[in-house]
Amino acid sequence: MELGPYILLATLEGMITASVLALTAVGLSLVFGVMRVVNIAHGEFFMLGAVIAWCVAQMLGGHPAVGFAAALVIAPLLVGSLAIAADMTILKRLDYDPERTIVATIGLLYIIQQLTLMSFGPEARPVQPPFNTRIALPWFEMGADGFKLIWPWGLGTTTYKLFVIVAAAALLLAVRLMMTRTKIGLLMRATQADREMALAFGIPVERIYALVFGIGAGLAAMAAVLIVPIQQAHYLMGADPLLLSFIVVIIGGLGSLPGTVVAAILIGLSDGIISVFFSPTLAKILATLLVGLVLVFRPQGLFGIRSV
Amino acid sequence: MTLLSTKGLSKSFDGLEAVSSVDFELPAGQIRALIGPNGAGKTTFVSLICGRLAPTSGTVTFDGYDITVLPAHERIQRGIAYTFQITSIFPGLSARENIALAARRFLKGAQVTEVVEATIDKVGLLGRADQTAGDLAYGHKRLLEIGMGLAQNPRLLILDEPTQGLSDGEIEAFKELIRDLADQATILLIEHNMKVVMATANKISVLDGGRMLAEGTPEEIQNNFAVQTAYLGRDDA
Amino acid sequence: MKVVGLHIGLLAVLFALQFVLPAYHHGNLARIMVLASYAIGYNILFGYTGLLSLGHALFFAAGMYGMGLGIQHFDLPAAPALIAGVVSAALVSGGLALLALRTTGVAFMIVTLMFAQAGYLTILYFGEWTRGDEGFVIAQSARMIAGIDLSDPTNRYFAALILFSICLVVCLWLIRSPFGKTLIAIRENEERVTMLGYSTFAHKLGAMVVSGTLSGTAGATYGLLFGYAGASFASVQYSIFPLLWVLLGGAGTVLGPFVGTLFMFYLIDLSSGITSAYMLIAGVVLVLLTLFAPQGLMGELRRRFWKGLP
Repeated sequence: MELGPYILLATLEGMITASVLALTAVGLSLVFGVMRVVNIAHGEFFMLGAVIAWCVAQMLGGHPAVGFAAALVIAPLLVGSLAIAADMTILKRLDYDPERTIVATIGLLYIIQQLTLMSFGPEARPVQPPFNTRIALPWFEMGADGFKLIWPWGLGTTTYKLFVIVAAAALLLAVRLMMTRTKIGLLMRATQADREMALAFGIPVERIYALVFGIGAGLAAMAAVLIVPIQQAHYLMGADPLLLSFIVVIIGGLGSLPGTVVAAILIGLSDGIISVFFSPTLAKILATLLVGLVLVFRPQGLFGIRSV
Repeated sequence: MTLLSTKGLSKSFDGLEAVSSVDFELPAGQIRALIGPNGAGKTTFVSLICGRLAPTSGTVTFDGYDITVLPAHERIQRGIAYTFQITSIFPGLSARENIALAARRFLKGAQVTEVVEATIDKVGLLGRADQTAGDLAYGHKRLLEIGMGLAQNPRLLILDEPTQGLSDGEIEAFKELIRDLADQATILLIEHNMKVVMATANKISVLDGGRMLAEGTPEEIQNNFAVQTAYLGRDDA
Repeated sequence: MKVVGLHIGLLAVLFALQFVLPAYHHGNLARIMVLASYAIGYNILFGYTGLLSLGHALFFAAGMYGMGLGIQHFDLPAAPALIAGVVSAALVSGGLALLALRTTGVAFMIVTLMFAQAGYLTILYFGEWTRGDEGFVIAQSARMIAGIDLSDPTNRYFAALILFSICLVVCLWLIRSPFGKTLIAIRENEERVTMLGYSTFAHKLGAMVVSGTLSGTAGATYGLLFGYAGASFASVQYSIFPLLWVLLGGAGTVLGPFVGTLFMFYLIDLSSGITSAYMLIAGVVLVLLTLFAPQGLMGELRRRFWKGLP
């Protein structure tokens, strides 16, 4: 294939990465923004979403679409409830102390990951996409008689991949509407802006925290349900989304939702395109160094957007 | 000889000017009280002097050197000591170790012990020196805070509301302490208790709304109309 | 006196144990002493200075690879290779400190985590030199110092004990020195330390270099004694381990790192006989410790029975 069509393909793949990443990272960002908690176990909530999607598909059988639709509801609910339980039994009792919660979520990471290993096993398990029609994509060529459209071999995508992008965008829009238009969003923003003041105004801060932690985890789980038909479920699959979400949240400005989405698109796209030119390991080295350096020299994020 | 001076010293927070263009001079050997209503910018002003905050504009000169750009610890090393308004001690360490940390910066070995024991005696914490600082009563924590200032053997001692929360007896002892110190150090004293100010200060500066409102001897200040309005007008003396 | 007696007593017991322990536990204890040395290094930064690093595997690996690559690719004898490991750990920790100490709190934790991860990935990236995940074996012939074969179990035990004793003494000496006392003060109230005229940056820099160098020395020794260097020693897990050991044993106590390492080692050793998911134990212990015993075992001992325990 020539470079042009190749880059088009990389951009498309990049958009899929970006949309799933944006969803996962917005969950992490929400938790950090409102609760000031750095959730190291976020990647494991993502992994649980994928594993639950596989389980639901196995149990229901029948057409893949049935299992998929069910998983899209069940996985975030289950994972969200688990997160709420973790918040109430662990984080609340640590009084949301930033350093101690990090240590506790590291413990939570190993607990979730290892329990999954014990029950689900070490194999990677595939999930069928609900629909998967191939779409060939056209490319243009300069011929003797001017431009003409061609259909290069290998240049194409599937309806499911396009669906992932659309679904993620819709979910992100829903999060934005929730934060800006609903009462619960208002309460969350009030808690984020000033915890003491929110308490003084009688906002049930502890319940808001539990809810935010649940929503954050639920978003990660939903992102995983969307991606699992393309990627397979595995008990170690949480590491990469965690790292990438960190990168996105820190570059986008800690706790800033619009910044997070912009950074996710940037990282998702460049991830696809960079890996055309560099090895994936080198790309990851550069990305981790970037996060470290941004935190050291520009802690407000590259875009400098401070709040929601 | 002037030990400390500021020129056009200003500090604003998000556009709000907490200290605006203050010119200030403190001769060596003086006990100067800095008074003013709550929110007048007293703590901000001394924070600019000792380097806890960086000024928006203006200069600070100490002992003939422009120290405006020096970090806080280097200013302290030049002989400025600051005691905090909100007690800032090492709660997990013994009272003795708290004071020793102050002395150890410039002394070694037996000299440290000597200064520490003398300081503990001076501030009246004998018998409590081995207690964990966090477990001390509030008044004793204040005394410990002052002791950490004294143990540094400073040329300029900045005391930020030292008598707040002290008992009457402790306040009397504090006045005594300040008068004893007068021949060793220059003192800048932020104080709300006018009895303490009148009994100790050679000269008083009044800060209001971030500006230097008046300066003079205790008698002059007592009779100054502007000062009275600044206090009475806000019902806060 | 009591304090000195306690530590000399522990070292004497460790010395005597090698004559009575069965081979399996004999080998384990050698390993535990090297890992406890790593934990002592970690404790200087975390327990005494109050800086929580999530990237100490970088220093452990810097020591291990400084030593291992020196033997593997530059044919260094064991002693100079060990020194190369120590020096590279000192350099790496100094470099990271200059960057990371510009941040505080949570940002410091993430920055150390990210740079350590970059270090781990770098080891993978240069797989031709480092053999990546698979790692490389250090030949027995290269593991000789002054004619002593370090692969022999008795010599290995001795070497581990010497390393552990050095680290223990350095730690004890450090926290009783003015420098160490200032570090403890920084942990208690950093702003106050600045306002007493100390440069907290210089002190934290010093603490991080001492901490990283001890960790790296442990890493280099580990590679030399057990004849292997691999990328897994640079992974996040090896940054979490010293945190876990120190938290369990008691942060800011001299013996805590050893006690924590000993307990955790045998806990994981026993559970790995039952399940392959032995890291579950680590996770559960971490959560329980943060919830119920943030002081750790020795910390509780100090709180309840012996206030003067260093």
